[in-house]
Amino acid sequence: MKKISLPSIFSQLLLLFFVLIWIIPTFGLFISSLRDKDLLAISGWWTSLTTTKVNEIYRMAGMENQIKEGDFFIIKGKLFDSNSGKKIQSFGITSKRINEFAVDDIAILKDDSFVTVNEDGEYILKSEKEFSKKKGKRLFITALSPPAFTFDNYREVLFKEGIGRAFINTMAVALPSTLIPLIICSFFAYALTWMKFFGRDTLLAIIIASLVVPLQMSLIPILTIYNDFGALFGVAAKSYPGVWMAHTGFGLASTTFLLRNFLKSLPNEMMEAAKVDGATHYDIFLRIILPLSVPAFASIFILQFLWCWNDLLVGLVFLDQVPSEIILTAKLKELLGSRGENWEILTTGAFVSMTVPLFIFFALQRYFIRGLVAGSVKG
Amino acid sequence: MSITNLAFIVVLGIFFFVLFFHAANFFLDIYERRQNKKYNFENSARVIIFITPAFIVLFIFILYPVFETIRLSFYDKFGREFVGLYNYKWAINDPEFKRSILNNLGWLLIVPTLSTFFGLLIANLADRVWWGSIAKSIIFMPMAISFVGAGVIWKFIYEYRGPENTQIGLLNAIIVSFGYEPQAWLTIPLWNNIFLMAIMIWIQTGLALVIFSAALRSIPKEMLEAARIDGASEIKIFFSIIIPYLEQTILVIWTLITIIVLRIFDIIFAMTNGEWQTGVLANLMYDWMFRGGGDSGRGSVLAIVIMIGVIPILAWNLYKHRQEQKI
Repeated sequence: MKKISLPSIFSQLLLLFFVLIWIIPTFGLFISSLRDKDLLAISGWWTSLTTTKVNEIYRMAGMENQIKEGDFFIIKGKLFDSNSGKKIQSFGITSKRINEFAVDDIAILKDDSFVTVNEDGEYILKSEKEFSKKKGKRLFITALSPPAFTFDNYREVLFKEGIGRAFINTMAVALPSTLIPLIICSFFAYALTWMKFFGRDTLLAIIIASLVVPLQMSLIPILTIYNDFGALFGVAAKSYPGVWMAHTGFGLASTTFLLRNFLKSLPNEMMEAAKVDGATHYDIFLRIILPLSVPAFASIFILQFLWCWNDLLVGLVFLDQVPSEIILTAKLKELLGSRGENWEILTTGAFVSMTVPLFIFFALQRYFIRGLVAGSVKG
Repeated sequence: MSITNLAFIVVLGIFFFVLFFHAANFFLDIYERRQNKKYNFENSARVIIFITPAFIVLFIFILYPVFETIRLSFYDKFGREFVGLYNYKWAINDPEFKRSILNNLGWLLIVPTLSTFFGLLIANLADRVWWGSIAKSIIFMPMAISFVGAGVIWKFIYEYRGPENTQIGLLNAIIVSFGYEPQAWLTIPLWNNIFLMAIMIWIQTGLALVIFSAALRSIPKEMLEAARIDGASEIKIFFSIIIPYLEQTILVIWTLITIIVLRIFDIIFAMTNGEWQTGVLANLMYDWMFRGGGDSGRGSVLAIVIMIGVIPILAWNLYKHRQEQKI
């Protein structure tokens, strides 16, 4: 153990400060996605973590619920479900004085009927005269509400708002867009590392140059190619295979580069031994290189998968924005525009879109970091 | 398209490539045997099988588009008629373009610098405390989520309600609790750029952090111990030993984040869509790809301007690569 010193306390506090700034936004989103949508619209998410005071208006039952008991006409009922855990502190009968009466006090209404409310929200309204109004009278209550969370928003968002389908679409984009470059590039990287052919160094230089070419340079020409291709063969210009190939193209340089760096680090002797035994390059690739490359594949898979999963631009340009093709990020962006005030939909939708990345992050963080660090060696 | 069909084409798409490589190599083996050729390790047919698919993709999606984009920038909006420098002249005189360039420069100046700085600072702090790895995990987490998801998270923080309402956005709630007026943060020109950049810094600091953490471990412990015994303060050690030692890494991270920031699109597209003077080049380009039926000339000019930003980095990478090849 280190001695506790002033600088050490200071570093701890400073780090804590950073950690809080970094975690609070995501935490707020998560909590909000679990809140009741009406509460979400009128109070900050931080209020939902503790028992809070809420002011609410309820209407008691009307004349059809009255029963006669002795000399009195009585209406009994409950203001809210007792499962909610709310405890009433005070109530009122006019909007001007909502805290006029304490729990179990007797309040006398204008028509000489009187009402009493207990803390679980059960009320008894009594009168000597018969009640004659269909509409019940209003009660204003002040209650302590414990934290309450619900999965209602998730049900709504997944099945009604089309986020569920967008989730599947995103998977259908991201999986092939990760595996296809991995397949193609493992052969390419192998050739660049172990095979001798004319123009190998030039090809490598092209790969390194392509690493930093912004994908904006490719958008217009490729969109034109796709449109021409679609018109020529009478197929849709925007399609899943089109997106896969676009992602493959944009991820090709970095995938090849990372794989080649890894392959270069493998010992040369193995190759020589296999060669003496009469193995072909394909044998070596299948039997020796593939099994050895699993950790490298894992890192690259994660990087490329997260890139495709989180991408917006490629999905926006190369897919139609219809329910059967729209991806999560594009859907979220659409909701930001059309449902900008419905925070229950936005927060929940955003959280659904984050589930897969967060799972990968927590389960496979080691590979993720390894990939990032390896990829950054050159930039 | 139904979900079953979708699953089917996904599997088909992936297997197509596996099958291609396997079949091609398989038939090559059979062919060789038939010909009774001597065992030839450096078989040029096999080289072709190995590199052709990747090369075709590279050619169609990167090499050809780069030249095509350059060509299109000299052509009219349909890419049919040669118009010389017309599109470039338009860009220079376009107020939106000027605004975008200035915003891009602001992003390039602020985001990589602050992300790198915070990353280095936090990596150092986390190295000293026992809960450092948890702290690193938390700060690294935004790296995993999408820019749009991050956009929603932060839009919720910046949410604005009129002064008569309860604020549900954290930032305004804090401001109000100190007795100030709530603000519609994303609509205040110039400042709103800072609020958007904050999101990017929030994301990219994690990248800087993990790379610095790896690099910090390479600093010889003896050097730090010696400095401490000589009575150097932690701040002095940070500036006189750690920063000079990590100079290369700092440069790498700074370039890496610069490249990402240069093509920043998602955050602005999702948060403000370039309104209230927040537009950047990538957004303006996307806009021109579709505005008025699309203008490939203007879009291409904007893409080229983004490309010009990375050319120094590209040249530097190639130079370093050449140096390595020589060794």
